[in-house]
Amino acid sequence: MVTAEAQPRVLTGEHFMNGDVACAEGALAAGCTFFAGYPITPSTEVSERLAQRLPKLGGVYVQMEDELASMAAVLGGSWSGAKAMTATSGPGFTLMMENIGLGVMTETPCVVIDVQRGGPSTGLPTLVSQADVMQAKWGSHGDYEPIAFAPASPQEMFDLTITAFNAAERFRMPVFVMADEIVGHMNERVTIPPEESVSVVNRKRVPAASEDLLFYAPDEDLVPPMPIAGEGHGVHVTGLTHDERGYPAGDALVHDRLIRRLTRKVQLHEREISLAEEVMTEDAEVVVIAYGAMSRSARQAVLLARERGIKAGLLRPITLWPFPFRKLRGLANRVSRFVVAEMNLGQMAREVERHLRRPATWVTHAGGKMIPPEEVLLALQEAAR
Amino acid sequence: MSSELFVQDHPMDGLLRADRLPHIWCPGCGLGSIMSCLANAISESGTALDKHVIVSGIGCTGRVAGYLKLDSFHTTHGRAIPFAIGLKLANPELSVTVFSGDGDLFSIGGNHFLHAARRNVDINVICVNNFNYGMTGGQCGPTTPTGARTTTTPFGNSEPAFNLPYLAASLGAVYVARWTSLHVRQVHRSMLNALRKPGFRFIEVISPCPVGFGKSNDIGEGLDEMRMYRTNSIVDPDVDLRDAGIDMQKESPIVLGDFVDIERPVFVPSGVDGA
Repeated sequence: MVTAEAQPRVLTGEHFMNGDVACAEGALAAGCTFFAGYPITPSTEVSERLAQRLPKLGGVYVQMEDELASMAAVLGGSWSGAKAMTATSGPGFTLMMENIGLGVMTETPCVVIDVQRGGPSTGLPTLVSQADVMQAKWGSHGDYEPIAFAPASPQEMFDLTITAFNAAERFRMPVFVMADEIVGHMNERVTIPPEESVSVVNRKRVPAASEDLLFYAPDEDLVPPMPIAGEGHGVHVTGLTHDERGYPAGDALVHDRLIRRLTRKVQLHEREISLAEEVMTEDAEVVVIAYGAMSRSARQAVLLARERGIKAGLLRPITLWPFPFRKLRGLANRVSRFVVAEMNLGQMAREVERHLRRPATWVTHAGGKMIPPEEVLLALQEAAR
Repeated sequence: MSSELFVQDHPMDGLLRADRLPHIWCPGCGLGSIMSCLANAISESGTALDKHVIVSGIGCTGRVAGYLKLDSFHTTHGRAIPFAIGLKLANPELSVTVFSGDGDLFSIGGNHFLHAARRNVDINVICVNNFNYGMTGGQCGPTTPTGARTTTTPFGNSEPAFNLPYLAASLGAVYVARWTSLHVRQVHRSMLNALRKPGFRFIEVISPCPVGFGKSNDIGEGLDEMRMYRTNSIVDPDVDLRDAGIDMQKESPIVLGDFVDIERPVFVPSGVDGA
């Protein structure tokens, strides 16, 4: 057995590992030095891996008393300059919503991994679902525009965790990796590239000796450079609506301006952030939209449909938020029917229909199992008729 | 004869955000003088001002973070302690002080206090106890004495209240003190002691809240409330902390003092010193 001491930060090479472990390795490759969390199935392997790896790399692993504390500690760690993260599942994600809101309001970069299981409530602790995708969108109170990625394999658990850290640092906000129990617990080949070829983004920082006191005045990209605690800035950070000095301002105009900027900074960069994969869509007459583990079944259904002479294709959103609506609208010009297959009762199907402005076929299951390709195939056949 | 008008600087101007004054606190509130004690103690602590960080939760006391010219974090209700832990663990050079109210720290944030004290995390926690939720208009909280009236206990509070020094000591806090906002020298000295000591430190400062708590209990103005606390308090650092609960129904005194000053291994995450 290889000991943690012998391992470098980036485990360059070919591996056979589960998605949760790959996620932890992706975090390390992205430069994560701080993890605070609370054990919850099916995300625990992320914590366990980092509990073993981070201390030996000079980082901080701390198990907090609950998810409320975990998310608060992640924000505190980020303000001390660390690239910080936590990992959880639906019930914990719900508790984290409080301080995810604080992270949005105070523009605190960090990454939250949600390895989804069946809900509501304790639901299905050990079985898959994708029923948190709207929690990622609307879970905390107030208006905000999230960034969320949906990995479909252990390899993407590694890759998209890096992408999530880069987005968090670039846009100064909590960013979500909306994994699911299947990709979290699935073992597959994971290729970890050499350290120097991992693209890593670091937050814009206020220079240590800066005289500028407008800490919340944004640059042209709508993202303000971040001051770090302990560098002499004397910055005030509050979850209250604040002006460009960071001072509380109970004022409708200031509030509207602030919240519009926080949402606009994501909308403005939607083309840069949003990702989607298209499979066999060039000549497709019917397209299934599926993401995360469910896209694996949908991909198989497309192949089965093609064998039966149906011109089927797959659109796989890799970012759930912002939703890759341009890809969808592009396809909608030539594709007559869309099927949405997901392990919830139609959360993204509504989003798809909103962008299509016409109905799609829903293939849904509340969770606990992957919808088999045959069920998706039936929907594709029906839609192609 | 000519007269000149001098606007003298406040001695703590260097540590106050003058552009945020006047503060929001009511006349008669003790928060101003307690904040001043902290500002003095910080400036004398021997740690560079740049390395001091203040973290608050929500409530009247939570606003202290916004008036001190330091890196200061006004977080969510109850979560000042875990936020502070994140700051401290990610940068051990920081001197991190949590400054928040009794409802914030011991009701909604109670669990975090328990675990931070149990672990002996290296943070300094100051609780201003005014026996009620002041900012929301004087509701009952976890420190409201039995029998006391608030807007949500109009017939008198039927619950027992937390005995905060006993609670902190039982969890292993390395430094525990209690004073009132009238005892500015003692508060200042205890804060200085706490700032110079590693580990989980806890100071309770009792403050008048004439608008929230005094009015409901016919105590009078802020000065009357302060006078009541002075008259009813005794200094007894050797008290058995089980007897340090605050009960306004009986004629038992409010016990003040520096109660605990011990050494205990300070929390190190993962039990491993980083490379």
